[in-house]
Amino acid sequence: MRLCAGQFPTNRYWDEPMSTVAETTIKLTRGPDTRPSATVRSRLQDLLPKIVLAPSFAATIVFVYGFILWTIYLSFTNSKTFPSYDITGARAYQRLWRWTFESDPPSSWYTSITNMGIFGFLYILICLALGLFLAILLDQKIRGEGVLRPIYLYPMALSFIVTGVAWKWFLDPGLGLEQTLHQWGWTSFHFDWIKNKDFVIYTVVIAGVWQASGFIMAMFLAGLRGIDGEIMKAAQIDGASTFQLYRRIVIPLLRPVFLSAFIVLAHLAIKSYDLVVALTSGGPGGSAWLPSNFMYEFTFKRNEMAVGSASAVIMLMTLTAIIVPYLYSELREKPR
Amino acid sequence: MSAVTSPARQASSGVSAKTINRIVIYGLLALFALFYLMPLFVMLVTSFKTMDEIQNGNMLALPQSPTIEPWFKAWGETCVGLTCAGIKGYFWNSIKMVVPAVLISTLLGALNGYVLTKWRFRGHTLVFAMMLFACFIPFQSVLLPMATILGSIGRFGASLRNATGFNFGLGNSTVNLVFVHVVYGLGFTTLFFRNYYEAFPTELIKAAQVDGASFFQIFRRIMLPNSMPIFVVTVIYQFTNIWNDFLFASAYAGTGDVMPMTVALNNVVNTSTGVVEYNVNMAAAMIAALPTLIVYVVAGRYFVRGLMAGAVKG
Repeated sequence: MRLCAGQFPTNRYWDEPMSTVAETTIKLTRGPDTRPSATVRSRLQDLLPKIVLAPSFAATIVFVYGFILWTIYLSFTNSKTFPSYDITGARAYQRLWRWTFESDPPSSWYTSITNMGIFGFLYILICLALGLFLAILLDQKIRGEGVLRPIYLYPMALSFIVTGVAWKWFLDPGLGLEQTLHQWGWTSFHFDWIKNKDFVIYTVVIAGVWQASGFIMAMFLAGLRGIDGEIMKAAQIDGASTFQLYRRIVIPLLRPVFLSAFIVLAHLAIKSYDLVVALTSGGPGGSAWLPSNFMYEFTFKRNEMAVGSASAVIMLMTLTAIIVPYLYSELREKPR
Repeated sequence: MSAVTSPARQASSGVSAKTINRIVIYGLLALFALFYLMPLFVMLVTSFKTMDEIQNGNMLALPQSPTIEPWFKAWGETCVGLTCAGIKGYFWNSIKMVVPAVLISTLLGALNGYVLTKWRFRGHTLVFAMMLFACFIPFQSVLLPMATILGSIGRFGASLRNATGFNFGLGNSTVNLVFVHVVYGLGFTTLFFRNYYEAFPTELIKAAQVDGASFFQIFRRIMLPNSMPIFVVTVIYQFTNIWNDFLFASAYAGTGDVMPMTVALNNVVNTSTGVVEYNVNMAAAMIAALPTLIVYVVAGRYFVRGLMAGAVKG
């Protein structure tokens, strides 16, 4: 390493020790490179990686972090239809706060965050449960696994809009499931959640679970396949039943997969926007709104830019609280 | 295995219990396969039915007299808002947006990943972490500033066109969307390539350097030929994401001729004027879904790998 530092300035960026093979090569070839222009060229070579990375990094700084600051700033103004840049304090947040705790009848913000709670909780829970269940079933040396797996997973390739259109049709009382069951003779069957303001959010859960659970299954299946077969065998020899085997040994071993799946689902849930639009068009009176829909409507349609920005900031904070600890633990330099 | 501990029980009831077990497992798996296939099946069947059959028949029944009329109508005639020229124009809008956006973001991601693993500098982890965090933010938190900036760029483009007769793509919705998708896709593409190149033997690069190969020569001659799998994964991931995007599309190209496919589909389905032609709606939805479905069928393995890479390891 030190041997060639002067001649090959770029080498100081290597933080791992060089292998002996590479070192031998260096000793053999270090002689000839002493042309006069070497310093200028090597300095350029030295800077080149940073020059290449710079545009992407700058774009991230400006269009992600800069824009986030801009949004935060706007949330402290009284912007309506057009952005205004006079700070007028936390009025937008005060309004959201009031709408959360003191409004009667419920405000659309209250509806949005309540829906977020219901949707987030059920969506994550059902996806995890169903995903794990299907993965365990598929892991029983199933013939035709190669056919079943892609069937469970394909909804993930569809756009939320397509999913929404398909389920809107399927759940429509006059056209879909209800109508079909009536024709088959079950005339008392009644299922109009998609038109019911108290239940419409649960249809979003159904469609959301349909779309993402196959992917969670794939994550769990990958996790199951990664478990050392010897551990399972040992437990079986000790007389553990299949149920005990999964409860006591397999599921605890899958803890990292649970964490990743939770992060993925929480992130998808908070970002969900398109599904609500396509499936319910917001539901009767905005009863299916999530905070993402609230933000869009208030910012672009109701000319309440400051309130919209404040809701975006709250969404960001929520996601940050989940993501940052996760990223930190993933990226932390592992002790070698 | 349990034969070791209880040979007697195993012998007496083992076979039949095991058979029942298998039947239950296969039954459950088949049931869930139905659950996942049902909406697609209904969509597909409906798109080949006549309106008459839809109103009087059963949702799950196969079409009595299959017709591909709805598909042609969706492609060339159906009304999106006030224009009735089908969804073909919007389909091409999406293609024109997706192709450059995918190529640019993937290539930049490859270069970034290469720098962040093989040309490390002080603070490379921080740079990466900052780019990575960017892919998790709810885009609502950047939506409005970006709209403001795109608006200003559009006005600048318009005055540029008045002055020079050409706006250099400034203010063009497709260009705007390409830009937006590249910027907000960089985090993921960089993540994919960084994790892939992390495992790439550094000795090879050092040896090439010693032989006098430059930064770009190493990238072109050594890294690129060895990164085919991750290129496929990234391209598929980006393609699916950008094709399926709705939020940016509706915010920055939400009206008129410039809408991408997802926005147009949503408009077709929610058009309230006249008789709702469900078969045409379903055909339009199928057309919107086909590109990503085809990619999934052809390269499903890579699709899954991309999802996993985006999820499992930061």
